[in-house]
Amino acid sequence: MNQLFKPLNKSDFLPLSFKTVSKNSYSFFNLRFKVGAFIFLLILLFAIFGPMFSGYTYDEINLESKNLPPSKEFIFGSDELGRDVFTRFCYGARISLSIGLIAAIIDLVIGVVYGAVAGFLGGKIEELMMRICDSLYAVPYLLYVILLTVIFSPGFVTILIALTITGWINMARIVRAEILKIKNQEFILAAITIGASKRRIIFNHLIPNVSTTVITTLMLSVSQAIFTEAFLSFLGLGIQAPVSSWGTMICDGISALYYYPWRLFFPAMAITLTILACNLIGESLKSSFKVI
Amino acid sequence: MTRFLLKKLFIFLGAMFSISSLTFFILKAIPGDPFVQAENLPEEVLKSLYAHYGLDKPIMVQYLQYLKGIITLDLGPSYVYQGRTVNQILRDGLPVSAILGIQSFFIAVLFGGLLGSFAAIKKNKWQESAIVIFTSILVSIPNFVLASLLQYFLAMKLHIFPIARFDSIMHTFLPTMTLSALPIAFISRLIRNSLLETYKKDYIQTAISKGLSPNKVFFYHTLKNSLIPVVAYLGPLLTYLITGSFVIEKVFAIPGMGMWMIQSILARDYTVIMGLTIFYSFVLLSLNLATDMACAFLDPRILLFDKKRDILNEPIV
Repeated sequence: MNQLFKPLNKSDFLPLSFKTVSKNSYSFFNLRFKVGAFIFLLILLFAIFGPMFSGYTYDEINLESKNLPPSKEFIFGSDELGRDVFTRFCYGARISLSIGLIAAIIDLVIGVVYGAVAGFLGGKIEELMMRICDSLYAVPYLLYVILLTVIFSPGFVTILIALTITGWINMARIVRAEILKIKNQEFILAAITIGASKRRIIFNHLIPNVSTTVITTLMLSVSQAIFTEAFLSFLGLGIQAPVSSWGTMICDGISALYYYPWRLFFPAMAITLTILACNLIGESLKSSFKVI
Repeated sequence: MTRFLLKKLFIFLGAMFSISSLTFFILKAIPGDPFVQAENLPEEVLKSLYAHYGLDKPIMVQYLQYLKGIITLDLGPSYVYQGRTVNQILRDGLPVSAILGIQSFFIAVLFGGLLGSFAAIKKNKWQESAIVIFTSILVSIPNFVLASLLQYFLAMKLHIFPIARFDSIMHTFLPTMTLSALPIAFISRLIRNSLLETYKKDYIQTAISKGLSPNKVFFYHTLKNSLIPVVAYLGPLLTYLITGSFVIEKVFAIPGMGMWMIQSILARDYTVIMGLTIFYSFVLLSLNLATDMACAFLDPRILLFDKKRDILNEPIV
């Protein structure tokens, strides 16, 4: 009875563009998005074009110019073996961004398909699939990653495997929860009624309708992956010398912090800004999707 | 209630068993062991070493002995450090790490709670935006970066705190600050969001319109009903404190469990890795069990629907 006599809400009839709560929150979203995207693109440019202009390679050792402060010759200074910090910084950006993006995309593919299938099929299959998730989720994520780096030799591929082996679970759980919310709506019922196959419903109807949540989660898993790579490299379990990563650069920088602070400053700044950028983009997307 | 508890207990035991079996077989599957890698030992010495550590027996016998060791709380000897056992390492390292962890925990809950409630009370004022921006930055700084920055500015430049080591209470300040930074940001966001959600509920409006004082509405009606996301976050918080301790103990040269964990991984000291992994999992899983019960106590509806899972599914932003 309550449902029948519910008063109509005026805002239901307004076109979509009027529904954004207020101009103020919209511009705040825009600012966050712009700042985040600007930082992200800047780091991306450094990663792609930086090594071309620096005139050094990341492992070029020059013992005559050790630990120089930033100057014209070495924009970001040089480290204890006379390597150019700027070049190593750009290679670090390559490693971080590629690990972040590749890991997030693999998580996305596995997680979305797994979550959507579990959510749509329901019943015993869903129960089983989610129990598998739960039991994998009970073990702390970083313990897995560390154990895996013990088994395989540390390096780029190992980090990637370690990140994706557990990373998709979060995505799968979120996608499943979203699917459960929409799978009883009329358009799905309509699709079933006209005889669409299960595969078509999942891939053409359900997954596109959870894309907002997926994109938000994707940005957060990028920042998670970038952090984990730097964390592992910092502990000496990730990217190995002579290849540079922000984590190893920070680890080296700390040991010479007192006399040569610039060796720590640039990679530390970079990783903080990159994670901040991903978070800002993710947050602004989330709040904008919530409004609509 | 009993059924709920039994189910959770069953999951706990199953997870413990599978973790200990998995770590055992994974580490057994790796070719080579610390003795072969260390130096060129003669055949006879190797053989007697294997016999001493029981490595010459078939793998299933080793597995059973290992399981028996876990049940009787004996995690075995270290292969790399002669004469040390995993239990000794735990006894030395645990108090140090526990002090840091507990301090950080209380500081995170206290300051996070205060910041979050303050932000919720000052909604749409400049104080709220300031707190939101501050916590976004706090979430984005990796703990090892924050540790080194604090070390540089507060210890090396201003000489307020000692740089490293672990001798007095002054030595715990910097590690605790580093370790609690991210949880403060997370908890304050959780509290703020959930307070704002709760304020929209009808029973709060009722309480306000009855004429209760704002303080009474806040403490009696809003706060208790907003606590569930925070209690549900305690599990991830402990995970963060443990993995954070790996970094903090490295940066500040603190002889805790995190430092032993990293050292044993780099030295391929398999028994220590296994023992510490199992110990960490045990602590984490038992805390998860405890938070499940606390959530059920705070909101009995959880017994019917597994609501905590949905709360954790929301990415916290």
